[in-house]
Amino acid sequence: MPVELVKEKCVGGINTVEIGRMGGKTVKIGGETCLPFLYHEGTMPNKPLIAMEILDQEPSDWPGAIKDSYGDTLRDPAAWAEKCVKQFGANILCVRLESVHPDYGARPADQVIPVLRSIISKAGVPLVILGSGDDEKDNEVMPKVSQALKGENCLIGTATQNNYKTLAATCLADGHSIIAESPIDINIAKQVNILISDMGFDPARIVMHPTTTSLGYGMEYVYSIMERARIAAFIGDKMLAMPFVLFVGQEVWKTKEAKETSVTQGVNWEISTGVTMLQAGADLLIIRHPDAARALVKYVDEMMKGAKS
Amino acid sequence: MIIIGELINGMFKDVGRAIVNKESDVIQHLAQDQVKAGATVLDVNTGPYSKNPKDDMKWLIENIQKVTDVALALDSTKADVIEGGLKLVKKKAIINSTNADEAKMESIFGLAKKYNAQVIGLAMDKTGVPNNKERRIELAATIVAKAMDFGISAEDLFLDPIVLPVNVAQAQGREILESIREFRLLCDPAPNTTIGLSNVSQGTKHRPLVNRTFLVMAVASGLTSAILDPLDKELVDAMITAELILNKNIYCDSFLDAYRKR
Repeated sequence: MPVELVKEKCVGGINTVEIGRMGGKTVKIGGETCLPFLYHEGTMPNKPLIAMEILDQEPSDWPGAIKDSYGDTLRDPAAWAEKCVKQFGANILCVRLESVHPDYGARPADQVIPVLRSIISKAGVPLVILGSGDDEKDNEVMPKVSQALKGENCLIGTATQNNYKTLAATCLADGHSIIAESPIDINIAKQVNILISDMGFDPARIVMHPTTTSLGYGMEYVYSIMERARIAAFIGDKMLAMPFVLFVGQEVWKTKEAKETSVTQGVNWEISTGVTMLQAGADLLIIRHPDAARALVKYVDEMMKGAKS
Repeated sequence: MIIIGELINGMFKDVGRAIVNKESDVIQHLAQDQVKAGATVLDVNTGPYSKNPKDDMKWLIENIQKVTDVALALDSTKADVIEGGLKLVKKKAIINSTNADEAKMESIFGLAKKYNAQVIGLAMDKTGVPNNKERRIELAATIVAKAMDFGISAEDLFLDPIVLPVNVAQAQGREILESIREFRLLCDPAPNTTIGLSNVSQGTKHRPLVNRTFLVMAVASGLTSAILDPLDKELVDAMITAELILNKNIYCDSFLDAYRKR
């Protein structure tokens, strides 16, 4: 007797977030009505995207494995961005404004904005823009960056439970989408989404960062949180129905396993973490090594073969 | 939890008057207020004094649907009043209600099938309301079996154990709560359960407290819907908290706000 598969039906779906200048190149993430790649239960109208991460200045502490793969272009963010698009086929980029950080240059907004403009003109793809991670400096610089890029419809991050108002207000005013971050905590993830949407922000323009951890450093916990949030969204929790972004490269290349052995191991570490996050429900991965990005794009294409449009 | 707002009922003086005088704004405000407060379905009852319930039901539905698109529970003992309503509803309606009498079930489930509606099944028959859970379960099982004969799915059935006022039938509280739990086991997938909540506090001095406490206990017993006053914010807050404790929703500090954003 054939075994009949148990199929879960969902009442809710994940929001679709569109990034990029209207009328120009745009990408969409989210929109799923099923757990990752389970096409017999629902649909995944948009394939998960792999964004290559670049910095707004030459990286000071990135491992040689990544630096070598880019060569001299690392000194020029616009050339770096162009290389990602032309040579590696990136259709979305993530720019981290490291130079804003007090420890890495403390650059003011008026020096950062021209760099971003040149990246946009050379790369011509939608952008994710991350602050430096220093709340005080970011709250000073990000509103100016947001305003300067009005109309580009970027995805800007990150807003946290204790520091969301400045970024949410500025993204709202300038028409950007926002990344809501929580410290591996589903309750706080939901709370940040509520806090941001209470400011009048359209929940369908929020992307969640549930915190990323690398393979070997508690990745399973992130996986379980993402899965739980997804299931809640499918049974109707609109405050968890946001797509996920995961900063895989940032976490993986901090580990000694990735940095201190062979390039191959580092790249494989990034691929393994990325694949796991895709299986947990990631809609957007931020990746550092071009070989890992290429492998993950291939993996997504392979997994999407069964997708109904 | 499916919250069925109870306030559009001709039994209430303001509603009864609005029906007679055709004051559509009164009805529309009541509809909008209840939906805003969390009602996912609105009960519509022309009340015992309506001289022409068929026309009044029609008038109520048309006016409610002008301001909200939530589902309606058509509340009448007369099949022709319900059928008139079923022809007008834009969303899948709930018929309120049938009991376990053969002729009544034939008529109501026939309408439910014809118009693709859900049904509230009262665990009582012409002999009256049972005074123990065994009889309630027996009658509920009769209703489930009949619904299945008509091809109506369990999810489209709301079994009601009949709530009685605590001051006149105190021994029934436990029987009712246990019935709710047992109703959920009658078939797989489980049928929905519902109660006319306000009945429990009829004639008591502390009505909101009695309603609130009973609702929480019923939710813990597996209740999936209730006909209640959604404008009683403390009542709805208690229900949301009960569901949170039962792990039906994910906690966050603003969980009351989060529930209402669903």
